[in-house]
Amino acid sequence: MEVVQMQRRFVEYAASLFREGFLDGQFTQLQQLQDESNPDFVVEVVSLFFEDSEKLLNDLSRALDQQNVDFKRVDSHVHQLKGSSSSIGAQRVKNACIAFRNYCEEQNTDACLSCLQQVKQEYSLAKSKLETLFRLEQQILTAGGSIPIMME
Amino acid sequence: MMESCDCIDPPWPGDELLMKYQYISDFFIALAYFSIPLELIYFVKKSAVFPYRWVLVQFGAFIVLCGATHLINLWTFGMHSRNVEVVMTTAKVLTAVVSCVTALMLVHIIPDLLSVKTRELFLKNKAAELDREMGLIRTQEETGRHVRMLTHEIRSTLDRHTILKTTLIELGRTLSLEECALWMPTRTGLELQLSYTLRQQNPVGFTIPIQHPVINQVFSSNRAVKISPNCPVARLRPLAGKYMPGEVVAVRVPLLHLSNFQINDWPELSTKRYALMVLMLPSDSARQWHVHELELVEVVADQVAVALSHAAILEESMRARDLLMEQNVALDLARREAETAVRARNDFLAVMNHEMRTPMHAIIALSSLLQETELTPEQRLMVEAILKSSSLLATLINDVLDLSRLEDGSLQLENGTFNLHALFREVLYLIKPIASVKKLFVSSSLAPDLPEFAVGDEKRLMQIMLNVVGNAVKFSNEGNISIFAFIAKSESLRDSRAPDFFPVHSDNHFYLRVQVKDSGAGIDPQDISKLFTKFAQCQSLAARNSGGSGLGLAICKRFVNLMGGHIWIESEGLGKGSTAVFIVKLGIPEYSNESKLPFFPKVSANHCQTNFPGLKVLVMDDNGVSRSVTKGLLVHLGCDVTTVSSADDCLRVVSQEHNVVFLDVCMPGVDGYEVAIRIHEKFTTCRQGPLLVALMGNTDRVTKENYLRVGINGVVLKPVSVDKMRCVLSEVLEHRFLFETC
Repeated sequence: MEVVQMQRRFVEYAASLFREGFLDGQFTQLQQLQDESNPDFVVEVVSLFFEDSEKLLNDLSRALDQQNVDFKRVDSHVHQLKGSSSSIGAQRVKNACIAFRNYCEEQNTDACLSCLQQVKQEYSLAKSKLETLFRLEQQILTAGGSIPIMME
Repeated sequence: MMESCDCIDPPWPGDELLMKYQYISDFFIALAYFSIPLELIYFVKKSAVFPYRWVLVQFGAFIVLCGATHLINLWTFGMHSRNVEVVMTTAKVLTAVVSCVTALMLVHIIPDLLSVKTRELFLKNKAAELDREMGLIRTQEETGRHVRMLTHEIRSTLDRHTILKTTLIELGRTLSLEECALWMPTRTGLELQLSYTLRQQNPVGFTIPIQHPVINQVFSSNRAVKISPNCPVARLRPLAGKYMPGEVVAVRVPLLHLSNFQINDWPELSTKRYALMVLMLPSDSARQWHVHELELVEVVADQVAVALSHAAILEESMRARDLLMEQNVALDLARREAETAVRARNDFLAVMNHEMRTPMHAIIALSSLLQETELTPEQRLMVEAILKSSSLLATLINDVLDLSRLEDGSLQLENGTFNLHALFREVLYLIKPIASVKKLFVSSSLAPDLPEFAVGDEKRLMQIMLNVVGNAVKFSNEGNISIFAFIAKSESLRDSRAPDFFPVHSDNHFYLRVQVKDSGAGIDPQDISKLFTKFAQCQSLAARNSGGSGLGLAICKRFVNLMGGHIWIESEGLGKGSTAVFIVKLGIPEYSNESKLPFFPKVSANHCQTNFPGLKVLVMDDNGVSRSVTKGLLVHLGCDVTTVSSADDCLRVVSQEHNVVFLDVCMPGVDGYEVAIRIHEKFTTCRQGPLLVALMGNTDRVTKENYLRVGINGVVLKPVSVDKMRCVLSEVLEHRFLFETC
């Protein structure tokens, strides 16, 4: 059965994301919130995350580019990013943010810059992975199947 | 002058005597002639049927005239006048005319009269013939009457002996026979044995071989055959010297069996078994066998055959009935014994059930309590071992009891309507802890057309699912476990692995097919058949370490079969994972307006209110993403959610209507405490204000007292799951109080 194969692929891919730490249990929670009354919840929230994160990352780049880095602002941005990423379960992004915040406290610009790089990298990885996942989901939906619910 | 005229010569004297005689004769002639017509008229008048009346008139006239002539002749003997002559002539002329006419008429009439006579003769012959025929008919009717009477006598009984005896007696009586005998074929079929005779009471068992030309002749025809009295079948009585033995007739009597009667064609008399009936007329009677008597004998022989076969059938059926009755009695006894045994066993089980479980529970409970106390590490290990063993034992006892009830069919499914989707969720919920410990991912996928509610035994279905999924978890050390559930269509129901599974579709049932795939140890194809047998375990090392009594799958199989389904496991080999598949038949519930089924699932694990319809909630969070997530969570639980992104908005928007307010207290630049205080200031008494719940990340430290001080009713650590939110809401609503620590 085509649909079952697609579902299997989806499950395996999602499992790999979890295994590799890209996603954590919070993402599963989001999936659970998706139902007939709210069919695109996950996509909406994740898109919001992408928007937000991109803005935040740009702000961060700009803030760290300054001569006098306003660490308070940087910290608050990172705090925001951490909050967003933990809300959707982007675990690695969140972890990178946590590390980032520590360096902010230390007010270590170089470390912050490298953290920012790290965060950006994690973010783009997470983004592409999530986009792949959504593509697989869409395939299943068009074939008439249902999305398997993952539980950790 | 007396001259003689040329009339008559004077008579000579010798002629006087002659003349006298002529005179007298004429007179008498005339008399006769006159009387004849009178007689004729008289008799014709008497008879009504004479057709030729006017012929008689003619005849009469002719005779009268003849008579008149002769009468007138009387006057011509003497001298007579001319007038007399004239009258005489006239009379003669008339006579001549009439007689000629009459003569001519007679030519026509006499043949007719003659033919009358012939017809009369013909009619007489016919009458004689009819008489004869009447005689024949009467005889036939008599014969028929006799046959009917005989048949009646014969068929009025179903007893073979009576039938035959009656036949002989009645035949003897009807036909006045001297002797009548019946020869029956013996069991071997090679001889005829004298079975019944009329006169002799108890015939000695003469037997004669069946292969005899006369006998063959009789058997080959269905007519009564005259045979010689010297034939061995006819030599029944000692010949009495010089007397002439009466004629003997023999006829065959077919002995029909039930198998001779085909449905469509009447029994061909291809049956080989005949009996021989021999009838002897009385000796010295010179009586002969008449055709109608032979016919009677043939008819009787047929009737006897039928009557005998009826009697035989009746005997068989009586015998069969007696046999059945005996068997029934025996079966009844056996059934009662079996019932007694089952009842005794059930009583034993019930008692043992209770007796065994009570101490078991005591052990488990006390061991658990012991675990809670202060123990040295060795002691703890020991107590854990005790707990583990006793849990195992308890499971084993339950399984054995269940299985024995399943085996003898005394287990009945408790069908009811339940939420199918909720069942799967609960299974996942229950398996989550174990799976997460082993770092396994469990996913479930329910087909969109799977009905939400179904009719079936929820508890047992849960048991099956838990067993199957539990096995998948047990035998996997890594990877993921996926559960697929969908409605099985007929093609997929007929599986080569289940050759004797014939699903029957009906309108208010559907077949649920569940597949649980794991990426675990896999199963050797040889062992697959043993999986469902009781107490059998695979010999692989992995299995041996996992414990379990080996009954789980056997019980599952019984339950699945009870539910009209089938269960099997596929595996490509060791190390390649396995897939357990089962199909069960569930009913589709009928909905009526009154019996609205509860639409929230039963979550027995926590005492949480499951949905909060219409609960008005305000969420304050500056992070857009986490705000949407929280909102999504609350909407999922049925709440009416408003979101604000700043403290000012929050204070502006919050109102009496809001039941709960979620505050994100780690918003930079905002003191969560302050917001709480200011919200409370808005409402005169805390009771009327909304409940406040603080959302915070797990890196912040918090103290209970601080929150109580500012009137916050609960604290929740982010990230929040659906269940956690649910519990939070219900605890806060119920107790107005919730604190969650890390």
